[in-house]
Amino acid sequence: MSSIAQKKGFGATIWDFMTTVDHKKIAILYLISGGFFFLVGGVEAMLIRIQLAKAGNDFLSAGLYNEIITMHGTTMIFLASMPILLAFMNAIMPLQIGARDVAFPFLNSLGFWLFFFGGIFLNLSWFMGGAPDAGWTNYASLALASEGHGIDFYTLGLTISGFGTLIAGINFLVTIINMRAPGMTYMRMPLFTWTTFVASALILLAFPPLTVGLFFMIFDRLFGANFFAVDMGGNTIIWEHLFWIFGHPEVYILILPAFGIFSEIFAIFSRKRLFGYTALVFATILIGFYGFMVWAHHMFTVGLGPTANAVFALATMIIAVPTGIKIFNWLLTIWGGNISFTVPMIYAVAFIPSFVAGGVTGVMQAIAPLDYQLHDSYFIVAHFHYVIVGGVVLAILAGTHLYWPKMFGTMLSEKLGKWTFWFFFIGFHLTFFIQHFLGLMGMPRRVYTFGADQGWDLFNAISSAGAVLMAIGVIIMLVNVVMTTIKNERVGNDPWGDGRTLEWAIPSPPPFYNFAQTPLVRGLDTYWIEKMEGNKKGMIFAEPLGDIHMPNGSIIPFVMSLGMFIASFGALYFLDGDKPWALAVLVIGMLILFGSMLLRSLKDDLGFHITKAELLEDAKGGKTDGH
Amino acid sequence: MDINQKYTPQSWPDHPETATLEGKNKFIGFWLLLAAETVTFASLFATYLALKDKGPSGMEYSAAGLFELPLVFAMTMILLTSSLTSVYAMYHMKNHNFKAMQAWLGITVILGATFLGLEIYEFNHYVHLGFGFTNSAFSSAFYVLVGTHGAHVLFGLSWFIALMIRNSKRGLNMYNAPKFYLASLYWHFIDVVWVFIFTVVYLMGVIG
Amino acid sequence: MMKGIKKWRLFALMTTLLVFLAGCGREEISTLIPAGEVAQDQFNLLILSSIVMLFVIIVVSIIFVLAIVKFRRSKMGEDMIPEQVEGSARLEFLWTAVPIVLLLVLAVPTVYSTFDLADVSTMDVQAEDGTSTHLTVNVTAALYWWEFEYPEQGIVTAQELVVPTDERVYFNLISADIKHSFWIPSVGGKLDVNPENVNTFYLSFDQQSSELEDGVFYGKCAELCGPSHALMDFKVKSVDREEFDQWVTAMQEEEPAAAEGDLAQQGEELFGADGLACISCHATSGAGGTGGVGPNLATFGDRNRVAGYLEHNEENLKNWIQDPQEYKPGNLMPDAASLNDGEELSDQELDALAAYLMGLSVEE
Repeated sequence: MSSIAQKKGFGATIWDFMTTVDHKKIAILYLISGGFFFLVGGVEAMLIRIQLAKAGNDFLSAGLYNEIITMHGTTMIFLASMPILLAFMNAIMPLQIGARDVAFPFLNSLGFWLFFFGGIFLNLSWFMGGAPDAGWTNYASLALASEGHGIDFYTLGLTISGFGTLIAGINFLVTIINMRAPGMTYMRMPLFTWTTFVASALILLAFPPLTVGLFFMIFDRLFGANFFAVDMGGNTIIWEHLFWIFGHPEVYILILPAFGIFSEIFAIFSRKRLFGYTALVFATILIGFYGFMVWAHHMFTVGLGPTANAVFALATMIIAVPTGIKIFNWLLTIWGGNISFTVPMIYAVAFIPSFVAGGVTGVMQAIAPLDYQLHDSYFIVAHFHYVIVGGVVLAILAGTHLYWPKMFGTMLSEKLGKWTFWFFFIGFHLTFFIQHFLGLMGMPRRVYTFGADQGWDLFNAISSAGAVLMAIGVIIMLVNVVMTTIKNERVGNDPWGDGRTLEWAIPSPPPFYNFAQTPLVRGLDTYWIEKMEGNKKGMIFAEPLGDIHMPNGSIIPFVMSLGMFIASFGALYFLDGDKPWALAVLVIGMLILFGSMLLRSLKDDLGFHITKAELLEDAKGGKTDGH
Repeated sequence: MDINQKYTPQSWPDHPETATLEGKNKFIGFWLLLAAETVTFASLFATYLALKDKGPSGMEYSAAGLFELPLVFAMTMILLTSSLTSVYAMYHMKNHNFKAMQAWLGITVILGATFLGLEIYEFNHYVHLGFGFTNSAFSSAFYVLVGTHGAHVLFGLSWFIALMIRNSKRGLNMYNAPKFYLASLYWHFIDVVWVFIFTVVYLMGVIG
Repeated sequence: MMKGIKKWRLFALMTTLLVFLAGCGREEISTLIPAGEVAQDQFNLLILSSIVMLFVIIVVSIIFVLAIVKFRRSKMGEDMIPEQVEGSARLEFLWTAVPIVLLLVLAVPTVYSTFDLADVSTMDVQAEDGTSTHLTVNVTAALYWWEFEYPEQGIVTAQELVVPTDERVYFNLISADIKHSFWIPSVGGKLDVNPENVNTFYLSFDQQSSELEDGVFYGKCAELCGPSHALMDFKVKSVDREEFDQWVTAMQEEEPAAAEGDLAQQGEELFGADGLACISCHATSGAGGTGGVGPNLATFGDRNRVAGYLEHNEENLKNWIQDPQEYKPGNLMPDAASLNDGEELSDQELDALAAYLMGLSVEE
């Protein structure tokens, strides 16, 4: 099964990735496709800022502008931020808990391919009659009125990719519950694993309401149902509730793993144990818990009445407390530490003031009467970009630098990384800080143009200039990736020198079976403990070297996702009078989906074993390759 | 785990569904999936209640005028019984009595199929009365809520049948025991959801 | 040399001041220059919360800056291993308790104000003669324009809201098609205009709009509603009660004043049922409703803008009539050619229509 490393052809590599069930390879798939969508969303952002650079600009038409803002938001949230975070979870979390792989390698692959095909489907709308144009929130009355099939691409695409995310969430939960190495108690888990755990629980409970809402929208638009059709007794506010019952936890699904990445970085580069680990864990759980009770703060102006508004205002304010606990614990982690300003650490340090700024404007918007002014103005645009860019995107950039060696075995250039950081960081504040004031000056969000008589010219011009700096930063980052890949200087287990958790005790990149022997965990920051005690072997192991059972690769996840992808085209054109083939396409797609499910269920897939002899040979230097 | 290992009722573990790591993973994962399903149905129920009896002016059918309890009560009894028979099947699975398990599963499938047939008859009846999917917000909410449950029943039946046929020759082992267990768990979940549908949609609907 | 520095200082000061002033925006539309009771309450909350939040930011910044300056590796030494501190229950308690206290400071006015701003109980209070003591305006939002109905007074206007100052004005909001949001930033926060239910709130206007540079407050649609969402503006004229009553009386006159001059009369004919039948959608008298199909044009000549956002002159008006889609994509007004047997209107016809419309006025 395992064989000495050999150069594979291009086609074989592609096939390998299409069929892989290895969490590390799936992580790479998530990173590449998430990165691609991040660039797409970035281009859309630049188009928006060009359009708004001056008053009365006609660079984009009104309709096209709405399509671009919709796709920018949808792409960045669903197709860029979340997949890239899923990439880190996949790559790192199983290593952090000393697991062989995730609990369901097959489903892991299925989750990726569903996300991927959903994302492709959504973006195909650009070439097939127009993108969705009702904003990423897709409020029902506008979405029902929208002509063409843009909205249908949105609903069907997000349904597919949403299933993928749900599967990933369940998978991570089971992995963390069942597959921790001996000694890895819950209160010894690294913070990134903890945040993955809580974020996965949020995915589990938050995505179903979105799926239900999307299905209502699909039924309404494509099959004649009346959930949101007001004249038929429908109610558009149901969509708003379902969307935000998902949408608010979604924010925490994004930010919690970001917190996790930063927690790891603060500890590593301060060379110090996380201050108040227990408090950080409980703050994470609390944030996840409260995340489900505050959705209506997105709906203060809907007219739910003062009681609902007051209750949700107070509930929202409470979240500031666990978030504050986190900030102060991080500050006290670096306090008294020995700080090395590597690129990941610079991002982490810059994250604190940026995120605090985003957090306090969040509390301001929790004040319901004040939110009547701030809601749907540029103030909220500034706020959520401070949280998402200042929190999540900085974490993604930091995580990319931090985990690049673990995922690819080479180090990104620190020098270029710092250039990226400064361009991106300055550009980010320049773009978004001033938008708070635009909002206070009366500028509503989602306007494709503004008159010269509104007094918003100067600040919009400054904001657009900032966006250019961010774009330059990202381009430098791409150059960095290319140059690093070409240079290909290999690194060892612990390239940062101060790794504390299990993932730094294994080669970079790890062999496909992860730890040949499951490590024994003796405390929080278990690798650090071994290092401090001078353990030359790296870790103590919990089992003797023996055969390892591995799952087989499979093309079925790809085929299943393809089936859903095809079926979606059938559903999309179902009610179009001139496309009689739509029903056939829908049925064929469903047959592919259920047929491959049946095949999976009927055909036994028992995996294979790596023998002890092969492992020993591997340890001697021969590199085993995947199955 | 060796798929070819043969068991006797004596060597068969007390909890075959969680005796292997794969089984344990599936067990936890499936419970989590049921949590997600619960949220799904909760969303559907909330929507149904919000849209109950809502429609265009002059709408013909409301819940009180439409639903008739006798048929639905019979369906409820049939589905509840099928839940019980699947419990018997799992009892025999734990005792490593493959034939008895298959037999009880067969009864479960027959009962489930009867339920599904009655549901199709019921829907058909409503449509003929003029209460179609597209008539009102109420009708859409009703068909989607009850229909989603029906789709779950259909999936559960297919699952049982596929498992029974696939394993008919080779009997019980550590590889398929968790599968049988999960299918049965799924069946119980469907049953619980139906109890809520019976209460919220039909009973509360008839009462008005 | 000194003089140069002084000049530079002055310049810096002026620039800062300018940025600061620019930071407040225009008084017609900025929430930072409140011109009503509601906006003032909200502005006060803004200031209160900003102060609390500034305190938080300052505390965090001090610890943050000290930490990254004091504990850099270049100071601590390459091989130094810091003490692995577990945490401190006392500190955890401190930074749990202090934020809770700060939040309480914000929570009390939040709850009070939430209920206060939603209190419309005085809306239906009637004076002894059976008339309401307060003005109520029914606002209907439609694709890219606003209708303002004064039910008690029996008049309808569109695009430009006229209200009396120094009293509470109540608004009933409903949408004719899809969801919009009603927002006059300098007078008070927004409220959504839903298609399925009427939302009610109040605003009060404490400043006469004639004091403003542009003579009107700016109103906005604040919920994405389609391609021309950005252009769905309206204007607000706030006048004192006496002037308001005069305006109402003028609006209530059954018949619109006859068009004056040949050109305008020609325009009236074109506008009428025998011409292009504009009148089937647009009423021209304040008392006449057209069921919200198109904006009431009784006050067109008094308006501040054409189509809600274009400068109020005949040129823009004529362009608008000829091709409304060019100026507000997605709006529902047919272009002139479709009403004129497929032919564009001639310059002469446009002139006539413009003259007629500009003559529609209820002001002296």
